[in-house]
Amino acid sequence: MAELVKTLSPAPSPGSALGRAFKSFSLLKESPVGMIGAGLVAFWILVAIFAPLLAPFDPLATLKPMAKPGTEFAGGGTFWLGTDHLGRDILSRIIFGSQTVLIYAPLATISAYVVGILMGLAAGYHMGWWDVILSRISDIILSFPVLVLYIIIIATYGASGAVIIVAITFASAPGVMRIVRGLVLDLRSREYVAAAQTRGEAAMYIMLVEILPNARGPLIVDACVRLGYVIITIGVLGFLGLGLPPPDPDWGGMINETRKMAMIFPHMTLFPSIAISSLILGFNLLADGLREVSLRD
Amino acid sequence: MPYDPERDPLLEIKDLCLSYFTRAGEIPAVFDFSLTLKPGESVGLVGESGCGKSTVALGIMRYMGHNGGIVGGKIIFKGRDMADLSEEELRSLRGSEISMIYQEPMAALNPSLTIGSQLMEVPMIHEGVSAEEARKRSVQMLADVKLPDAERVMDAYPHQISGGQQQRVVIAMALLSNPSLLLLDEPTTALDVTVEAGIVELIAELSRKYNSSLLYISHNLGLMLEVCDRIGVMYSGEVVEEGNIDSIFTWPKHPYTHGLFGCIPLPYADKNSRPLVAIEGQLPLPHERPPGCNFGPRCQFFKGGLCDASVLAIEEVTTDDDDDHRVRCARWNEIDPAEVIAVGIEKESVEIGETVLEVDAMQKYYEVRDTSIGALVSGEGVKYVKANETISFSARRGETVGIVGESGCGKSTFAKVLMGLETATDGEVRLEGKNIGNMPVKSRSPEQLGSLQMVFQNPNDTLNPSHTIGGQIGRVIKKFGVESDPQKIMERVVELLDIVKLPRDFIIRKPRQLSGGQKQRVGIARAFAGNPAMVIADEPISALDVSVAAAVTELLMDIQREHKTTLLFISHDLSAVRYLADRVVVMYLGKIMERGTTDEVFAPPYHPYTEALLSAVPIADPEINKRHIVLEGNLPSVMNPPKGCPFSTRCHRHLGDICDNEPPPEQIDRDRHIIACHIPLDELRAVEPVISVPSAVEKDRTRLTKMARANKMAAEAAAAELVAMEARARAAAAEAAAAEAAVDATNPGAE
Amino acid sequence: MVVLISKRIGFMVITMFVVSVLLFLALEFSPGDVATKVLGPYSSEESRQLWLEAHGYFEPAWKRYGIWLGKFATGDFGDSVRFKVPVSEILWPRLWNTAILGFWTFAFLIPVSLALGVLAGMREGSKLDRVISVGSIITTSIPEFASTVFLSAIFVFTLRWLPGTSSMSSGFEFKQLILPVLVLFIYDFGYVARMTRASMAEVMTTPYIRTAILKGLPYRQVILKHALRNALIAPFTVIMLQINWLLSGVIVVEFFFAYKGFGALLLEASLNQDLYVIEACAMVAVFVAVTSQTLADIGYTFLNPRIRFS
Repeated sequence: MAELVKTLSPAPSPGSALGRAFKSFSLLKESPVGMIGAGLVAFWILVAIFAPLLAPFDPLATLKPMAKPGTEFAGGGTFWLGTDHLGRDILSRIIFGSQTVLIYAPLATISAYVVGILMGLAAGYHMGWWDVILSRISDIILSFPVLVLYIIIIATYGASGAVIIVAITFASAPGVMRIVRGLVLDLRSREYVAAAQTRGEAAMYIMLVEILPNARGPLIVDACVRLGYVIITIGVLGFLGLGLPPPDPDWGGMINETRKMAMIFPHMTLFPSIAISSLILGFNLLADGLREVSLRD
Repeated sequence: MPYDPERDPLLEIKDLCLSYFTRAGEIPAVFDFSLTLKPGESVGLVGESGCGKSTVALGIMRYMGHNGGIVGGKIIFKGRDMADLSEEELRSLRGSEISMIYQEPMAALNPSLTIGSQLMEVPMIHEGVSAEEARKRSVQMLADVKLPDAERVMDAYPHQISGGQQQRVVIAMALLSNPSLLLLDEPTTALDVTVEAGIVELIAELSRKYNSSLLYISHNLGLMLEVCDRIGVMYSGEVVEEGNIDSIFTWPKHPYTHGLFGCIPLPYADKNSRPLVAIEGQLPLPHERPPGCNFGPRCQFFKGGLCDASVLAIEEVTTDDDDDHRVRCARWNEIDPAEVIAVGIEKESVEIGETVLEVDAMQKYYEVRDTSIGALVSGEGVKYVKANETISFSARRGETVGIVGESGCGKSTFAKVLMGLETATDGEVRLEGKNIGNMPVKSRSPEQLGSLQMVFQNPNDTLNPSHTIGGQIGRVIKKFGVESDPQKIMERVVELLDIVKLPRDFIIRKPRQLSGGQKQRVGIARAFAGNPAMVIADEPISALDVSVAAAVTELLMDIQREHKTTLLFISHDLSAVRYLADRVVVMYLGKIMERGTTDEVFAPPYHPYTEALLSAVPIADPEINKRHIVLEGNLPSVMNPPKGCPFSTRCHRHLGDICDNEPPPEQIDRDRHIIACHIPLDELRAVEPVISVPSAVEKDRTRLTKMARANKMAAEAAAAELVAMEARARAAAAEAAAAEAAVDATNPGAE
Repeated sequence: MVVLISKRIGFMVITMFVVSVLLFLALEFSPGDVATKVLGPYSSEESRQLWLEAHGYFEPAWKRYGIWLGKFATGDFGDSVRFKVPVSEILWPRLWNTAILGFWTFAFLIPVSLALGVLAGMREGSKLDRVISVGSIITTSIPEFASTVFLSAIFVFTLRWLPGTSSMSSGFEFKQLILPVLVLFIYDFGYVARMTRASMAEVMTTPYIRTAILKGLPYRQVILKHALRNALIAPFTVIMLQINWLLSGVIVVEFFFAYKGFGALLLEASLNQDLYVIEACAMVAVFVAVTSQTLADIGYTFLNPRIRFS
């Protein structure tokens, strides 16, 4: 008996949660589209991690202005993708730029999710006044055209990494809240929630332990899509000159700085555009694959 | 050969095999299915969920989605092979010659088109009639299905009429082009039982009027008896037994059919003297079917080497006078299921103890704010929904109290008040002497929570899919303070799993790895974790298949017996309540109509509503005589209940104004038997019983006469066979002699 | 029904009110900042105080808000710091230009994305569905600024068919409008098409479509009469909400192509700290967005009989 009990410890270990996540990703094999997406995302993550090893040059060093792709550098090495108007190697800037994007975009998305999930849980589970107030607040925020909202915030508080993360959280959390609220409204009427209530569980326990884990499927898919949007947003802000202050490489900013020369040197804008599009495409395809797989079984 | 309606069957299905194709490969849904349907005949297909009965109907329509198809056999309708029809021919057949009636009427109707336009398109498409003509016919047909105010219904959208009315619209739609074949897929399963009775009567009446053949698909054996001439019993994709209603119900040959009858709480079943007998095991998954007989692993007559040797063919049962009686069993001739199954082991009755629960004039009103301008102006902005009104009854230790009623009667609200998920508006609910009616769940102590627990309805919903079984039961034990040491908690979890007869390794399983019945058992284990004084079971078996439901019912009763728990069994299923309750409370629109011991409630004097309910429940026994009472009208809205007696709008014993305007008095028949009705008790006492059960002796006698008749037939057949054999032998001998003679004649010079 | 509409309109008014309060708090609450923005960072402290006094900035905040709101409601947005003319003189022509751009975008977007979405959703999992689905994922994944780069590289620099800027300096020219419309179309097409597809695919699996097929209706009629009516309710709302999205989308496109529209105005104003222009643009943008949202909600109730008659 005791032995049986020992071997059958039901405590959910982090290992099993990891295993589950791994299992759902291994299911992704069934969706070729999802696999391409996962490949693109994995590619950029690896590039970001190993950026110092991969980049042939210092991304900030001015070496040889306006070199075409494939030009050999006198000091050794090749500008595979050419250089920009200040003579910085575009390939190295794209490689290091992936770090910027893959740090700020997930940070902003996670922060939007934390706020949105808490709001959605409170509104969907407690209903009543919580719901009325939180829903109205998010309706009002969502009624702003997104970019107008960003421009106002950044015009007021200036451009910096922290402001961008706060602005994205502010603008995206209401959207996350709507999704979470919808899921919670559905899940809260489940009998296992009633069972938890009838054994006197606290509201916080029910929300976080009984409800939230069952909403994870749609939320993971949504997070991938939203991550794509956040990357676009960061790119757009960079492109409009409202992004991270130079000289750190930022894909949107790279396009903005060189777009006036696009007529003569299309490579300066083309390659960063390809980079950012491929990363967003990766997240969108991944989301689509996950959605397809989750609907199957 | 052209189709001749006088000679040929309307529908002939031969060795039909239907499969679905998934990534995992081909999954056979139905195999070796044969059926002959004559014009005007009605045949039923009965079986538990997943047995393939609905697939047959869709297969006949050749509508199986893009991943399903016919892989073998033939469907011949009016002499034409359905497989040979072009899309266009198929289209002209669908809806005109073959029509279908569906399980969920609300879902089957287009929400954004008026009912009129959905009806009118049928004759317009199939017969090319004008819009006016189509409208005329539709209105006429709506009147035929007994919808009052047909013109208004024509212009309504589906959500504006009730479920019963929606199903009448679907029936009207199906009959508009006068089809010769009507497929009915669980047409009344989604409806309340008194509404169901009306629909069943309507279907029988209309199919006679229009001379349509019916293929009636249902899980309910009792319904089959009321509608069909013949039935087929399906199990795991194949028909295991078929025959006339009489032969299937009187001497079922297949152990599965027989087992099904043992699971149904018939009026003479008794939880102590004649308990239900569940079929052990569970339905095999479509891709894990055993070799040979699909029922083999669950069958107590299973014989290795015979039953699992090869695919079984369906054979005719030759021991009775029913030519259509066939069975798919290798041993049908050597076994008699009746001798072994269906006699449950007698169980001890529980001693009834002191009062545990006392409900005293409990009321639960919900406030509904009407924000329309009219209501604001008239100052009637706040309305009350009287979900429960003056509910009074008591329950004692070890007693089972059944609360029965249809949807909207307030039985679930009552459960919520007991559990503290809602608080009573007025009155008291005393559990072991302490008023808990106003005590929300948050202010109850762990002991109080643990002593009053609940078993829920939906097995797929009762357990949290994200957590393990052990974790979920363990949490309850910890929460109620039964144990706190993790080791002890686990020991207790294992103990509880043993009690509900589940394997111990379920501790680490997730709910999705369990079947419906197993999940429900875990739900029961969870409810009993804190050694409760009282357990509320809210429709605990209504979502389960009949064989599983029987097992869960028996388990619940066994645990209750052992722990002397008070059980509050809430159900819409009158048969189940009659079977397991000691006392019954009948509710309608938030009020108690009648209460008393089970025997008192189920015998005159009845409340007219109880009487109608009793008559509406289909009973799967042809020997039982039942009076038919079909209620008119719909269940009134809880928002706007009748002023006097809530049942006055539908009552078949309606007296007059007094019923409409004055709430009925509580008349005391005997000590604890109370009827809320204006009709004097003496008059109610004079009412004839709805159900008359023949005595055991009578039952045996009819069975024996039938058997004798059949045996006589068999004897006659054997005699005839003997005569024929002799005649054949004589003829053969004569022929041989003649041939010899001929040989002799042709070879005269051989010698 | 009337209640529902008046509720929506009531909510619209409340939203506008709350937005105005927020804007006021963010941009006008501290008079010192206002003066710096209007007079520039190198203005003297004295001149700032004089300016503030002259423009009533020493009144209490709530009173200033009342006056500010009153002026806004009557269309008096103040003078642009940069152009030194009343904001309304710049704003309305710019808004009209953006309306032209938006009109042509929708004129292509609505029919194409609805048609392709319906075609894809009609037969879920078919080849056509896959092509349309993957195609729409790809187009939504290319940010506008990237597609402006790609399209310019093709049509302007390589093929030399179209002009690279759309400043309309020598009068309105449709040719200059093609690239901006195309960029907006490409970015938004995928979203609307996918929403339409999802809605259509869901409707196609409902029991009432099965009823319609088994009633013997021709496939055309099943789609046109039974499916579309339900499947297009959700995309209608989505399309109305695209007006809100378009107000963001035009900023990038107008900026890149130097199109003299509303989005470019807002961006320039924010880069130049042109306070009153920012305020006016934000209020107008929110007003347009909230109005379209309200119309979407009202339209939804009209399209859906389950809400219309309850």
